[in-house]
Amino acid sequence: MLDLLTDIVDTTLATVKEVIPIAAILFGFQFLVIRKPIPNIKRVLFGFLYVLIGLSLFLLGLERALFPLGKLMAQQLTDPAFIAGSKSLATDSLQWFDYYWVYLFAFAIGFSTTIAEPSLIAVAIKANEVSGGAIGIWGLRITVAIGVAVGISLGTYRIVTGIPIHYFIISGYVIVVIQTFFAPKLIVPLAYDSGGVTTSTVTVPLVAALGLGLAETVPGRSTLIDGFGLIAFASLFPIISVMAYGQISAWLDKRRKRTTYR
Amino acid sequence: MQSGLLSILKSMLGSLRDLAPIILVISFFQFVVLQQPIPNLADMVIGVIFVLLGLTFFIFGLEMGLFPIGESMAHALAKKGSVFWLIAFAFALGFGTTIAEPALIAVAAEAATVAAEGGMIELTDASKDSYATGLRYTVAFSVGLAIVLGVMRIIAGWSIQWMIIGGYMLVVIMTAFAPKEIIGIAYDSGGVTTSTITVPLVTALGVGLASSIKGRNPMTDGFGLIAFASLSPMIFVMAYGMII
Repeated sequence: MLDLLTDIVDTTLATVKEVIPIAAILFGFQFLVIRKPIPNIKRVLFGFLYVLIGLSLFLLGLERALFPLGKLMAQQLTDPAFIAGSKSLATDSLQWFDYYWVYLFAFAIGFSTTIAEPSLIAVAIKANEVSGGAIGIWGLRITVAIGVAVGISLGTYRIVTGIPIHYFIISGYVIVVIQTFFAPKLIVPLAYDSGGVTTSTVTVPLVAALGLGLAETVPGRSTLIDGFGLIAFASLFPIISVMAYGQISAWLDKRRKRTTYR
Repeated sequence: MQSGLLSILKSMLGSLRDLAPIILVISFFQFVVLQQPIPNLADMVIGVIFVLLGLTFFIFGLEMGLFPIGESMAHALAKKGSVFWLIAFAFALGFGTTIAEPALIAVAAEAATVAAEGGMIELTDASKDSYATGLRYTVAFSVGLAIVLGVMRIIAGWSIQWMIIGGYMLVVIMTAFAPKEIIGIAYDSGGVTTSTITVPLVTALGVGLASSIKGRNPMTDGFGLIAFASLSPMIFVMAYGMII
């Protein structure tokens, strides 16, 4: 019970430390440059307090419950003994497809952590409001989550096979550039943004553990060079999936219109 | 009071739905694939309750505090008509929120280790520390610059495609010249800079600005700031690796 209390105090202090510079900038500009009272100041301050409490509790809960188990799981799933399974083969005769549980875990954990990512919820709420409901909150979140899931499983495949990271990232960029010309104009900036928002509080620690665990156990990989890069995959592929979502819904819309005119 | 309680209960149910996939995935892999019991079940349950409460509070605070202040400040600064203060605010917001970001501190320390083992800097704690600090300031500066660029784009109405594609090209060209050890970290640093508090504020800033300037559309012009903030660190981290 006592260590729970110290944990609460520690996490809250860490969050406060993170919020202080932001609050200083906001209120500094408000009072020194704008020089007008903030509308509904009491409500806004309460809002900040809620964000502070919410973020602290959120991080504390993740640290206590989900992260230790998730990290342990990433280690166990990448363990050569588990991957070889009943085949009882030597480590170096493992093929890339023997790691299927790792890919599946990467996909599932990428999807599920993205659904819980608070900053993505924030952007989805805003996009829904700005687009007048045309972009659904859940539609966007699920699309982004699929992008992250595909990205992370491809990233684990890369670590297993040892293909250099920039081949994937550069081909991803090429796809993004091509899609940009064909996707509906309204979705493009939002798609670019969704690359950056996917990877924060929930996703990064679990995904990093998976990458490092895998790089440690696959023969011939270095944790320093190959352990990184999963986050890059997780922030590139949502751009592609969100633009594809825009393209598909525009295409469906067109087809529906064509059939009704006939 | 009763309706307030009801809405809290409702949003807690919403948070439970947000969290359900993780719980399902972890239990499936634990029970079915690894075939192991959950250690410290009580701790797990307490943790999940904390996460639930936390997410609920966060979303409440988001709509009460972060979104309104971001937008009202964007409106006020746009109305003031001073481009200088708008840009100063954009830079301060980008720099200030990034320099204190815990994920960045962790990545910078990691990068220093890589650099030391790769023989780019000396293998001492002092040189690693100065490398990590330098990297942090570089990234924070690049995020500040990125938000400034994004705000200028909204003011001037430049199209985002060319700027992002140009940025990608720069990343690709630099990848060819940057030291191999830094590339993975550089690519990752783009993702870690945008924290949970920064994202709603920056989004509200962009949308607020685009809706208070005539001729701008909040949907096509308001979004995109985060894209800049996650692209520029890649360029700057690789540049840092090349120079030092």
